[in-house]
Amino acid sequence: MKNAYDIVIIGGGPAGLAAAIAAYDAGVKDILILEREDRLGGILNQCIHNGFGLTRFKESLSGPEYAARFIDEVEKRAIEVLTQTTVLSLTKDKTVTAINTEYGVFTVQAKAVVLAMGCRERSRGALNVAGSRPAGVYSAGTAQKYVNIKGYLPGKSVVILGSGDIGLIMARRMTLEGAKVHAVCEIMPYSSGLKRNIAQCLDDFDIPLYLNHTITKIEGDKRVTGVVVSKVDENRKPIKGTEMHFDCDTVLFSVGLIPENELTKSAGIDLSPRTRGAVVYQNRETLVDGVFACGNVLQVHDLVDFVSEESELAGVSAAKYVLGEREEKDVIDVVNGKNVSYVIPQKLDKKASGNVKLFFRATGTFRNCVITAKCGDTVLLQRKKQIVVPGEMETLLLAQAKIAAAQGNIEITLEEQA
Amino acid sequence: MKTSLTCIECPIGCQIEVEVENGKPVSITGYSCPRGKAYAESEVICPRRVVTSTVKATDGTLVPVKTERPVKKSDIFAVMQKINKATVTLPVKIGDIVVENISEDIHLIATGNA
Repeated sequence: MKNAYDIVIIGGGPAGLAAAIAAYDAGVKDILILEREDRLGGILNQCIHNGFGLTRFKESLSGPEYAARFIDEVEKRAIEVLTQTTVLSLTKDKTVTAINTEYGVFTVQAKAVVLAMGCRERSRGALNVAGSRPAGVYSAGTAQKYVNIKGYLPGKSVVILGSGDIGLIMARRMTLEGAKVHAVCEIMPYSSGLKRNIAQCLDDFDIPLYLNHTITKIEGDKRVTGVVVSKVDENRKPIKGTEMHFDCDTVLFSVGLIPENELTKSAGIDLSPRTRGAVVYQNRETLVDGVFACGNVLQVHDLVDFVSEESELAGVSAAKYVLGEREEKDVIDVVNGKNVSYVIPQKLDKKASGNVKLFFRATGTFRNCVITAKCGDTVLLQRKKQIVVPGEMETLLLAQAKIAAAQGNIEITLEEQA
Repeated sequence: MKTSLTCIECPIGCQIEVEVENGKPVSITGYSCPRGKAYAESEVICPRRVVTSTVKATDGTLVPVKTERPVKKSDIFAVMQKINKATVTLPVKIGDIVVENISEDIHLIATGNA
């Protein structure tokens, strides 16, 4: 290990791996990847189910197989990696302080930094579920790690709150390992998980999905003994008299992911309150020069294939930055218009080359709608879409010429047609 | 008889309608790619799934595995029983056979390097 690198990448999951390979291939070979787990691959290592990589590789891979394709490429390029190394802080001048058992606390100076820390699960605490604090309450991803990495089955009689994909995948996984999954409860009128996961993880095993339902009480003293599940009204408030009781020894929470941006904050990098990730330009540079962000630490993606694509963009951008290809920016904002909860990137450099793929999410479910990008009263682009749901990221490709010609901020709106 | 299916081949999850006569699909609509059509045909005749799990390695760690092709849905729990009895000797590479012919002529293969 040296004390200075051209590019330091924080995180060795799918984002960090793709960014490292792309940066290397763009001409910067002096790269260090810092990973806190004992191996590269990130969350993919515990995602042993299949279905990854259809967009990118045109075949259905398991998580470890998808990761291995990138790890192989990193190894081929002999990119330096430190595992079991936790980054403690990052400064605006790109000094990275980290710790591991080999070097203790140490600092490395980077010319460019790529933030690729991924995200963390929302916990029970974030939801304020009533009841005592018995053992047997896990986030779905924690349970996944126990089952798939450590080889422990965290319980035999399970109720799952939240119908995100991890919850659905764990419903099947626990069932295959011999547990009884009584129910998956979803407070919303729709599941945020993929339709195929409802089919192959719940329907295949006759596991009921209760939409418009939530857990209103967790029972048990030392260990979970049961839960109370209630129907909710349109304001997501529990309706009295609708309570159902399930005996169970385990409760899994699959209630969303939060980008893990403690380091980003410590460096004083601006975050978006909408995405909880950094504010970025189209090249994934944050508002601090030479610091880039990609993957789930920037925005929670639906598919790892998209994480890889975004991270390659960040990796190439970091390499260009190191190689000195930077100019004064001419910046406009991308504004969240009607029915749009967020857009990435939030900022556009009018001078930058290349068309820009905007990623955004809707605030609700909309049918027969029109997606519009406009600058003032000028419509830059319009696209029709039969259905838009918050669980699926939408994209819009803006031509470089239109961005360069924009006389102000660009607003993205989503409107249902009459 | 008409059956409605959710395709599991990709994240889009197309809703596919299959008209079945005498156990055979006579009309399939709603799919948007050849994989979807093939899935629907197979699903109404004999549903199949890829099973993914882990197998204990000789050093006590776990190696991720999958059936190299989809197995009969009715065979999933029998496959799981065999998986839970199996062990694998390290080192192992992606694609190595962990259990031969775990269901019909389908092998269980490693999906991780260890």
